[in-house]
Amino acid sequence: MIQPPSVYEFQHNEERINRHTISVLVDNEPGVLARVIGLFSGRGYNIESLTVSEVDHAEHLSRITIVTSGTAMIVEQIKAQLDRLVPVHKVRDLTLEAVHIERELALIKIVSTGERRVEALRMADIFKARVVDATLESFVFEFTGTSAEQDDFASLMRPLGLVEIVRTGVVAIGRGTATL
Amino acid sequence: MTDSRQTGAEILIRALREQGVEVVFGYPGGAVLPIYDALYKQNELRHVLVRQEGGAVHSAEGYARSSGKVGVVLVTSGPGATNAVTGLTDALLDSIPIICLTGQVPTHLIGNDAFQEADTTGITRPCTKHNYLVKSPDDVARVVHEAFLVATTGRPGPVVIDLPKDVLQLEGTYTSKEGVQLKSYRPQVQGDRERIRQAVAMMAAAKKPILYTGGGVVNAGPRASELLRELVAETGFPITSTLMGLGCYPASGKNWLGMLGMHGTYEANLAMHGSDVMINIGARFDDRVTGRISGFAPGARKIHVDIDPSSINKNVRVDLPIVGDAASVLEDMLTIWREEGYGKKADREALASWWKQIDEWRGVNCLRYRKSDTIIKPQYALERLAHHIKPYGDDVYISTEVGQHQMWAAQFLPFNQPNRWMTSGGLGTMGYGLPAAIGAQMANPGKLCIDVAGEASILMNIQEMTTATQYRLPVKVFCLNNQWMGMVRQWQELLHGERYSESYSEALPDFVKLAEAYGWVGLRADSPSDLDGLIEEMIKTDRPVFADVRVDQKENCFPMIPSGRAHNEMLLGPEDQVENPITEEGMVLV
Repeated sequence: MIQPPSVYEFQHNEERINRHTISVLVDNEPGVLARVIGLFSGRGYNIESLTVSEVDHAEHLSRITIVTSGTAMIVEQIKAQLDRLVPVHKVRDLTLEAVHIERELALIKIVSTGERRVEALRMADIFKARVVDATLESFVFEFTGTSAEQDDFASLMRPLGLVEIVRTGVVAIGRGTATL
Repeated sequence: MTDSRQTGAEILIRALREQGVEVVFGYPGGAVLPIYDALYKQNELRHVLVRQEGGAVHSAEGYARSSGKVGVVLVTSGPGATNAVTGLTDALLDSIPIICLTGQVPTHLIGNDAFQEADTTGITRPCTKHNYLVKSPDDVARVVHEAFLVATTGRPGPVVIDLPKDVLQLEGTYTSKEGVQLKSYRPQVQGDRERIRQAVAMMAAAKKPILYTGGGVVNAGPRASELLRELVAETGFPITSTLMGLGCYPASGKNWLGMLGMHGTYEANLAMHGSDVMINIGARFDDRVTGRISGFAPGARKIHVDIDPSSINKNVRVDLPIVGDAASVLEDMLTIWREEGYGKKADREALASWWKQIDEWRGVNCLRYRKSDTIIKPQYALERLAHHIKPYGDDVYISTEVGQHQMWAAQFLPFNQPNRWMTSGGLGTMGYGLPAAIGAQMANPGKLCIDVAGEASILMNIQEMTTATQYRLPVKVFCLNNQWMGMVRQWQELLHGERYSESYSEALPDFVKLAEAYGWVGLRADSPSDLDGLIEEMIKTDRPVFADVRVDQKENCFPMIPSGRAHNEMLLGPEDQVENPITEEGMVLV
C-alpha cells in the first residue's frame, strides 16, 4: 500500500529567521490591542513595528499591521495564536500570501542654517518629501516610503541637522483586486 | 418571568439560570453584595461558600471535569479576583470550561485606586480564554451568554466577567441566549474529510502504529470515548494516553499500555519511540510527554487531531494536521476505515510482531517496587486503594494534589471511564485536589470522591475542609504522608547532589486531630498491616474522612524520563540512577 504524501512540505531551512508583515482585522473594543501585544510579550515573539487604527466605524473594526520576525514554525504559531483571540476576525500573512505594498510615514525635524539648510531642502526635493512646517532655522518634512527608504532618508538628513524623527510604523495592503 | 426591567444582579442570575447553571462556588465581598442579595431572594441557584477564592475555582474545575458541565465561580473585586488567578491559569492550561464572575468597583471609580480595586481584566487577560468588563446593565445578559459560548465551545477554557457594582445595582433589560453569537469566533468542529481519509490510509499502512490520546477526548464528551474504544477495537492498535486523558480508553482494555511521558510506563514510552505512525488525538505534545524533542519518536509519521489550530506544529512538527473536534474526527475515521475495508487490508502480520515487541516491553514490569512488611510503600497503599474501590466500579471520582503521589495515582489507579479523574496537569497546582474533590462531590452526590493527596500539597488549601463539613460532603482525603515535598526531594536527590534544600517539613499538624477539629473523621495508618482496615473504614464512613497514611519517606517515583532525555532513555529504578547521571543540559530544564 502506498503511503500518501505529507500535507505540509516544510522548508528545509526552517531555522532561517524571516521578516513577516501580518494584517489583523479586529473588533474595535477596549483591550483588544493589549491582547495582541500581551500575546507577543507573553510568548516571547518579536514586534518590529505595529500600527493600529479604526478602519470601519459602522462595523467597529480596526486593522492592525504587525511586522514580526521568526522561523517558519514560529511565524505559523504567531498567526495561529492571533487567530485564537476571540475579537480577531482575520489574520493574513502578507509576506507569504500576497504581493503587497508597505509604506511608512515619517515627520522629520531639521535644525540648520546656511549651506546645510539648502542641502536639506534639496535632498527633500529629490526624495519627494514635503515641507509641512518651516521657520528661519528649521524645517519639518513629511516623508512617505518603505522602511528601507525611511532609513536611507534619515541617514542622509542626519549630517544636515536632523534633531527629531517620528515614524508611524508599517502599514501594508495587498496589490490587485483581492482584499483582506 | 416578564421582560420588565431588572437590576444587573437579577439579570445575571436569570442569565445563569437560562444557561442551566445549578451551582455557584463563591465568596462574598463589598463589590458583589448586590449579587449575593439577589441570590438570597431565589431558590434555584445553589451557592457553595468556599473558604478562599482559589478553592472556589478548583472546586468549579472539579465540578466541571466530573460532570461535563460548566463550573461557575463568584468572587469579589480586588483580592477576590487576584486569589482566583491561579485557578484560572490552571483551567486555561487544562482546558476546563469555567465562568468566573468578579466584582469590580463602581464604573466612576475605576482607575482611582479605589478600595479593593484591581485591574481584573488586565490581570486575567493572559490567564483566561477571554474576559469582559461589563459597562451597562443592558449588556449583562448578552455578555453572560457570549461567555458561555466561548468557555464551552472549541477548546474549552476559563472566561472572566468583571462586573462593576453600579452595573449590578442599576436596572436594565434582559436578553435571551437565542441568537447570541460572535462573528469573530467560529471554532472548527468538523475535520477536513480529505485529510481524515489520508490519515486513515496512513493508519492502515502502518506497521508499528500507536494511538496517543489526551484531554481533548474527555472534552469532546462521552461519545468521543466510545468512538475511541470502537476505533481501537477495529484497528487493534496499541493505545497510550496523557495524564489528562486517562479513562477515555479503559485501563482494563487489552490494548492499553498505560500513561506515557516523564513518569509513564516503559511500554508506552518505547512504543511511542519505536512507532512508525503516531495518531495524536486531543493531546498537545507537552514537554512532560515528549522528553527531548530532537529524540522524540524519530521514525514516526505523525497525525495530529486537535480543535485548537495553535496546538499544531507548536512543539513538534506533524505530517498530517487535522483541525476538528475529537468526536467528530473519530466518527469520520471509523466510517472511512469501515468503508475502505481496511480491517482486512491492513498489515496484520506487522501488527502482530509489533504487539510481540510491546509484550516484551510489558514484561519488564516497569511499575515494580520493593515491597516491605514494616513500612508502607506509597505504591502499595495505592494498590490497596485500587483493590477496595473496585467494587464501586465507575462510581468513583479521584482527584489529586501535585507531586509524587499524583504520578503514583496515575500509574496505579485504574480509570475505565472519562470524567472520573481530576488532576492539575498543565499548571501543576499544589492544593488543587481537595477543592476539586468537593466540586466533584457536589456534581455527583452519593458517589465516592477521593482526593489522593500529599501532606505538603493539601496544606495549601486545607481550609476547604470546612466547606466539605458545612455542605455535608463526604469526601475522602487519602494522604500519602512522607513528610517531604516528595517530587522536590526526588529531583534534589537525582539532580542536586542530595542537597535537600527546604524540602522537608519539620513541622506538620497532627492530621487526625486536625480532621476532628474540622468536624471530619481522622484515621491513621503507620504499618502495612493497618492499611486494609483504614481504607475499609474510610470508604464505609458516611462523613468526610482524612486518612493519614504514613509512607516510606525515601521512595522515588519511577519509571522516569529525566529532563533533557528521550523516551528510550528512561530510568527504571534506583539501580539506573548511578549508571545514567543526568547531564548539565537536563539540569536547566524544569
